[in-house]
Amino acid sequence: MNVHEFQAKQLFGQFGIPVPRGKEILSPDAGSAWAAELNTPVFVVKAQIHAGGRGKAGGVKITKDKAAVPGLVKELIGKTLVTHQTGPKGRKVRRLLLEEGAAIAKELYVSIVVDRDSGWPVFIASTEGGMEIEEVAAHTPEKIIREAIDPAVGFQAYNGRNIAFALGLPAMEPAVVNPFIQMMGNLYRMFMDKNAAMVEINPLVITSDKKLIALDGKVAFDDSALFRHVDVQQMRDLHEEEPLEIEAGENNLNYVKLDGNIGCMVNGAGLAMATMDVIKLAGSEPANFLDVGGGATKETVAAGFRILLKDPNVKGIFINIFGGIVRCERIAHGVIEAAKEVKINVPLVVRLQGTNAEEGRKLLAESGLTLEVADDLWEAAQKIVKLTGKAA
Amino acid sequence: MSILVNKHTRVVVQGITGKEGSFHATQCKAYGTQMVAGVTPGKAGQEVEGIPVFNTVRDAVKKAQCDTSLIFVPPPFCADAILEAAEAGVKLIICITEGIPVNDMVKVKRALYGRDVRLIGPNCPGVITVDEAKIGIMPGFIHKKGVVGVVSRSGTLTYEAVHQLSTLGLGETTCVGIGGDPVNGTAFVDVLALFEKDPETQAIVMIGEIGGDAEEKAAEFIKKHVKKPVVSFIAGITAPPGRRMGHAGAIVSGGKGTAAEKMKILEAAGVRVVKNPAEIGNAVKLALGR
Repeated sequence: MNVHEFQAKQLFGQFGIPVPRGKEILSPDAGSAWAAELNTPVFVVKAQIHAGGRGKAGGVKITKDKAAVPGLVKELIGKTLVTHQTGPKGRKVRRLLLEEGAAIAKELYVSIVVDRDSGWPVFIASTEGGMEIEEVAAHTPEKIIREAIDPAVGFQAYNGRNIAFALGLPAMEPAVVNPFIQMMGNLYRMFMDKNAAMVEINPLVITSDKKLIALDGKVAFDDSALFRHVDVQQMRDLHEEEPLEIEAGENNLNYVKLDGNIGCMVNGAGLAMATMDVIKLAGSEPANFLDVGGGATKETVAAGFRILLKDPNVKGIFINIFGGIVRCERIAHGVIEAAKEVKINVPLVVRLQGTNAEEGRKLLAESGLTLEVADDLWEAAQKIVKLTGKAA
Repeated sequence: MSILVNKHTRVVVQGITGKEGSFHATQCKAYGTQMVAGVTPGKAGQEVEGIPVFNTVRDAVKKAQCDTSLIFVPPPFCADAILEAAEAGVKLIICITEGIPVNDMVKVKRALYGRDVRLIGPNCPGVITVDEAKIGIMPGFIHKKGVVGVVSRSGTLTYEAVHQLSTLGLGETTCVGIGGDPVNGTAFVDVLALFEKDPETQAIVMIGEIGGDAEEKAAEFIKKHVKKPVVSFIAGITAPPGRRMGHAGAIVSGGKGTAAEKMKILEAAGVRVVKNPAEIGNAVKLALGR
């Protein structure tokens, strides 16, 4: 789960990581009031959306004039920002962060993720703050510093020193070395305590008065650990999520919307991805990823149909079930029952294989429903593509 | 011969009195696996399909001499269950549970480091050695005794491959699901090494997916150490970057972990990569010259 910058900064604050004084703002009046209270030489108004590249897209405004703040708030609220991460449709701005500006002397980068290979949390740091770290890694990999943390003992001061010296901090600004080491320890503690999947400070700024400050922050949380953190759950912003994905989640379905026009419903994540791939190979594009899980029932199949059919791009549906513990005749019953409840007005191909597949195929063939039955994956993919036409 | 498990493997099921645990313990037993014990704290003395239940894994090991654990414990308590099994002296731990917090697995993996114990999973279908032992949730009947070793990050996609191998008469030796989580106990490389040494296994199927670099590591290993033919399919060529595709570990991030890149690296290592998952069986057949 992702959260907004202002929420990430609230958490930083809780863990003793310095951030600019700032507040979430929803209206020009609130902006005016907070600007008066801030009383700072430079005001920064930042659009809060779950996507990077906001600055370039005009989502960040800076002013020295307190009286200009409400106007900037008005300009940004409701605006649609198109960045390289939002897709061409862009994202509507509903919330803002109004904070004090910082006098930047130097920008750094620091983040923590879990290294999948070793299973250890690892700091990634760079002197190239303010840039996208993927760019830095691609063009100047020697500027990427990695420091793995032994999870048995957690962050130690030497880890902080390793990063600080590798960055050349003592030469850059000796006054910030110790605060930096302490800050890295706090960041690690936040990462572990809050079950974050990723924390990133970019840029981490050294100010002209020799202070460290997290000028921007990004935090993603491990969905599997949200049950432990009610405070984090409350940070969820449904406006930032695809409505069909929210509905799928409520039905315990795993759904990701894509741009093609063949809707697919599959049991198991790996097979669901493979089904998307096979649709492409057959000459079309998948409209979604949908895993109905190991325990697919009539209810889950019906919910799956409803979600697939709400996507106006869907021109045909491909159900691919490999019955293991799930028995195919049950899935067939599910499809038949669901088809009575949900009007299916697009071509449907059902491929059943595995436990009781033959029985399931027979039930479908005799159901009177307009659908094609298949037993082979490739044959099924070709059928649905033929029925819906190849992608343009 | 086979790898990891066989007809002598003695299994304890942690979480045996739960819905999943009791159902699958029964299925595994019906397949012929030696299901000798179950554990649910506070339920010692009960039985599940004739399998005695104990309070602790320590008791189960002492009284039923089990060497392998199969875990169905719910995610919040799963790290604890894995560590309990390791501490009790179980040598192989197969964890089916999906949805364990990553940071829990970080700690578990660190705690198991250097110990004489192997963890398979979590979030995996388990391990089956055909006609000997089924220790997991895979449908037993699709498997046929044969010559192909299968290792995979996925569940149902593995069944798809196995079905093709069985239908073509090639059959399998052992099938290992290493799981779809970002931090897991056993990597492709570990299983590839075991298959390479197993005299019964003549070819290997490796099913990967987007995310991480387990396939890249596998390619490096295969190039140096694997003489047997390897056929591979990588799921997710159509997956958009930055989106998690069902499995917690299936995500392309920062341009890394794409299916196309993995396929390229595997091909360069001499692996026969198939782009169509329906072609896995045929590719193995060709590789074996049958």
